[in-house]
Amino acid sequence: MSVLAMLLADSRFPGGGHVHSGGLEEAAARGLLRAEADLPPFLTARLRTAGLLAAVFAAASAHAAGSPRGDGVWDVLDAELDARTPSAAARYASRVQGKAFARAVGVMVVPSVDGDCGSTLRAVLAATPRPHHAIVLGVAAGSVAGAARVAAYLAVSGPASAAVRLLGLDPLWVNGVVAGMVDEVEAVAGEAVRWAGCAPAELPAPSSPGLDLLAEEHERHHREEVRLFVS
Amino acid sequence: MSFDPTVAEADRHDQAPAAGRAVRIGVGGPVGSGKTALVAALCRALADVDLAVVTNDIYTTEDAEFLRRAGVLDPARIEAVRTGCCPHTAIRDDITANLDAVDSLAERFPGLRLVIIESGGDNLTAVFSRGLVDHQIFVVDVAGGDKVPRKGGPGVTTADLLVINKTDLAPLVGADLGVMSGDAHRVRNGLPVVLQSLVDTPDAPAVAGWVRDRL
Repeated sequence: MSVLAMLLADSRFPGGGHVHSGGLEEAAARGLLRAEADLPPFLTARLRTAGLLAAVFAAASAHAAGSPRGDGVWDVLDAELDARTPSAAARYASRVQGKAFARAVGVMVVPSVDGDCGSTLRAVLAATPRPHHAIVLGVAAGSVAGAARVAAYLAVSGPASAAVRLLGLDPLWVNGVVAGMVDEVEAVAGEAVRWAGCAPAELPAPSSPGLDLLAEEHERHHREEVRLFVS
Repeated sequence: MSFDPTVAEADRHDQAPAAGRAVRIGVGGPVGSGKTALVAALCRALADVDLAVVTNDIYTTEDAEFLRRAGVLDPARIEAVRTGCCPHTAIRDDITANLDAVDSLAERFPGLRLVIIESGGDNLTAVFSRGLVDHQIFVVDVAGGDKVPRKGGPGVTTADLLVINKTDLAPLVGADLGVMSGDAHRVRNGLPVVLQSLVDTPDAPAVAGWVRDRL
């Protein structure tokens, strides 16, 4: 894993990730997630659905960034990821984070970003001013494998951190839970890498109706009684 | 100062805001110190200025509602940011959500001259990133205890303006304004301090004047 990918996966990276709980805030507010024992199944479900989807599109985006391509590829990837994200609230959250990530990546001066990525990022932003997070991540990560790993990891590290903040769970224990998932995170990333070169329409569409409902309810409750996280 | 003899020392003067964009002023300070009331007062006092507000309160829409109810600002000129339980992170370590909110306001109101960014209530160590604001005001209040300025912390010591709020409460809580003012001036090395009560002066003239000088 490159140091650049590590930078993007670091929770201190100022890419707007800290305000997203991946549905955990809504689950906690509804009492679906109360204590330590509830966290691992939530994180695993997220990794296998939203995490795999993000990893697949991050890998496909990294593959597209590194190969000769037609101008329309970013429009196509954007539309295909939209089609695989049935919740409007989840699409919104992904685009908010994508724009924040693009802003942070846009000011980085490293070979992959300053060189080819600079022009690629401009092409992505020209296709849509609020791109999906996974697609910007794929452009910035510098490699297909790095992009897939970072996307899969962020799908669990974000909600894990939100659990510490919202439920007061023991941060050492939560860290241990995430560490215990590394094999599965690697497996998800590996699967995403295998899909990277396929036509966007052929990419898999894993989803969790439960997480989609949490995303929708999160937005609805925010209008009624306010939520602390964006998702 | 530069520690690299091959590099010329950086210009230590304040950077002027990029041409054409609104001046951004942060208002920070502990919970209950009167940040929102001060922002509402500034909106009233600066009614002739094309301005907008970004609020970061922990219960995000609460502050926006307060400003709307106060009738001092068109609701379209208020953006509420969600901070994921970390108000200080949103104004200092990862400012992207706030930059996004400022951008939205600038797109909606192209002639904008001033954006006031109110932080969520936090502790004495919270300061705004210079990447987010051009100037910052830190608000503490008399009822929080007259030892607060002496404690210091980056908010009290480095903010461009320190406001000691609710001076009308001093006799009721046994706070010594002389001590607060003296300590504040001592720890701030000459940076300005304003003592005010929005009960006595609802339009915060001293702070509004200071803000006007920055436009």
